[in-house]
Amino acid sequence: MSPEVPSDSGLAAYNFAYLDEQTKRMIRRAILKAIAIPGYQVPFASREMPMPYGWGTGGVQVTASIIGPDDILKVIDQGADDTTNAVSIRAFFQKVANVAVTTHTGDATIIQTRHRIPEQTLSEGQVLVYQVPIPEPLRFLEPRETETRKMHALEEYGLMHVKLYEDIAYNGRISKTYAYPVKVAGRYVMDPSPTPKFDNPKMHMSEALQLFGAGREKRIYAIPPHTEVVSLDFEDHPFEIQRFDKPCAMCGAENVYLDEVILDDKGGRMFVCSDTDHCEDRREQGHVGELLAIQEAAE
Amino acid sequence: MNDTPLLKVSAVSKFYGQRIGCKEVSFDLWPGEVLAIVGESGSGKTTLLNCISTRLMPTAGSVEYTMRDGTVRDLYHMSEAERRFLMRTDWGFVHQNPADGLRMTVSAGANVGERLMAVGDRHYGNIRATASDWLSRVEIGVDRIDDAPRAFSGGMRQRLQIARNLVTGPRLVFMDEPTGGLDVSVQARLLDLVRGLVNDLGLSAIIVTHDLAVARLLSHRMMVMKDGYVIEQGLTDRVLDDPREPYTQLLVSSILQV
Repeated sequence: MSPEVPSDSGLAAYNFAYLDEQTKRMIRRAILKAIAIPGYQVPFASREMPMPYGWGTGGVQVTASIIGPDDILKVIDQGADDTTNAVSIRAFFQKVANVAVTTHTGDATIIQTRHRIPEQTLSEGQVLVYQVPIPEPLRFLEPRETETRKMHALEEYGLMHVKLYEDIAYNGRISKTYAYPVKVAGRYVMDPSPTPKFDNPKMHMSEALQLFGAGREKRIYAIPPHTEVVSLDFEDHPFEIQRFDKPCAMCGAENVYLDEVILDDKGGRMFVCSDTDHCEDRREQGHVGELLAIQEAAE
Repeated sequence: MNDTPLLKVSAVSKFYGQRIGCKEVSFDLWPGEVLAIVGESGSGKTTLLNCISTRLMPTAGSVEYTMRDGTVRDLYHMSEAERRFLMRTDWGFVHQNPADGLRMTVSAGANVGERLMAVGDRHYGNIRATASDWLSRVEIGVDRIDDAPRAFSGGMRQRLQIARNLVTGPRLVFMDEPTGGLDVSVQARLLDLVRGLVNDLGLSAIIVTHDLAVARLLSHRMMVMKDGYVIEQGLTDRVLDDPREPYTQLLVSSILQV
């Protein structure tokens, strides 16, 4: 047991943060190796967690290995703090580690995420933990693990561009919108987990440490702070992020990633910030979106 | 340049346990030369081809290749990265079954473009232009560029495989029964195409075939294999018109005459 962990925490049934100390050491070693080789997928002995695969078992193990009693945890799912996955993982760490939790991006020291990077720029000292379903960017092009490992080792990434070529041939543009492949520190091609490609530029030269955990596939990889992350593209079809016609209907924010919400069965819909914390912050500061203005006028 | 052979094979042997795959095969291949390896099934033709093309590690012997810069390298003393790079730039490998050599799930254009992207071409327009140029050179309609090879006939697939291999301008192409499984009229067109390309591009080629007509049409020189040994080699016309070994005589006389 590490010395900073209080032994009288009243959690007799669990070790601090659920995993036993030997497991945490093993995972920390994998994390250190991943940080030393940016973008490289480090195998690790993934454990059974009290939740099904696909619910973030990889991210939870990474978070459990790095969290300390003084950390402040934020968990988001598709940008939202209040969806099932986020709520249950947050409750899990409150129970097994008794740590402080928050929904404010700026206050958190560890942010575990599924599918989004917060809109607010992350700063030094923060750690972003991604839940990854399929860590291998080449998987759907080359099914053999022995072959994909060799391709990574020998830096044979032509196949990744074959996929992008196909996109342009069939759709006239690169139609991949999420899990958009990136090259990390000029060496390894990496799958940024199913985040929208809108978030890819946020990974580039980020001040925060970014850790990726894939529980079922038993891989950990990382982007250390201040690391070059380049989205793959063609010279005549450069990488672009999604653009939205309208600002957020609730807070009026522009240049953020929006979710479409169906309002009724007559075709009514609105586009709102996918990052709930960012949206709430802006509304507290007095920003009012189109739909919120109508609502307030009606009241 | 012509004073060193492109490929120098010295005493290559491959054993599968106690069984002989091929034994003590030596030959030189010169730039621009087409060599046919003929023999019956199980005579070690494909084993030999795989040993030469680094797809299979030989038990003994060495294979030396003259690189583009003129240096002579032993293939089995190169790093795996160098070997794989050589295979996708300076070499081509045409499989008997096109499904082994093609990516069946991606379009014809991407199949041809893959090698270009693998060596660092990052301009979509150029890749596509080169791909459509190569498709027309192997007589595939340019309007089929976005079709997957699954939608192609056997002959078209084989031609696509050839285009995919030749796009990086290789100097040496290995072919394993390139006309196997094709009907005679399609075979004739394919042979005509390959002969034209080999002449135009000045390629060297090693062709494994059991079909003596293929050897006669394409190759300058041929080797006859039996039970893992090379029993006779020489100029194609000499071997076919004046076979010396009893087995070769048997092989030549067993061609069906129509």
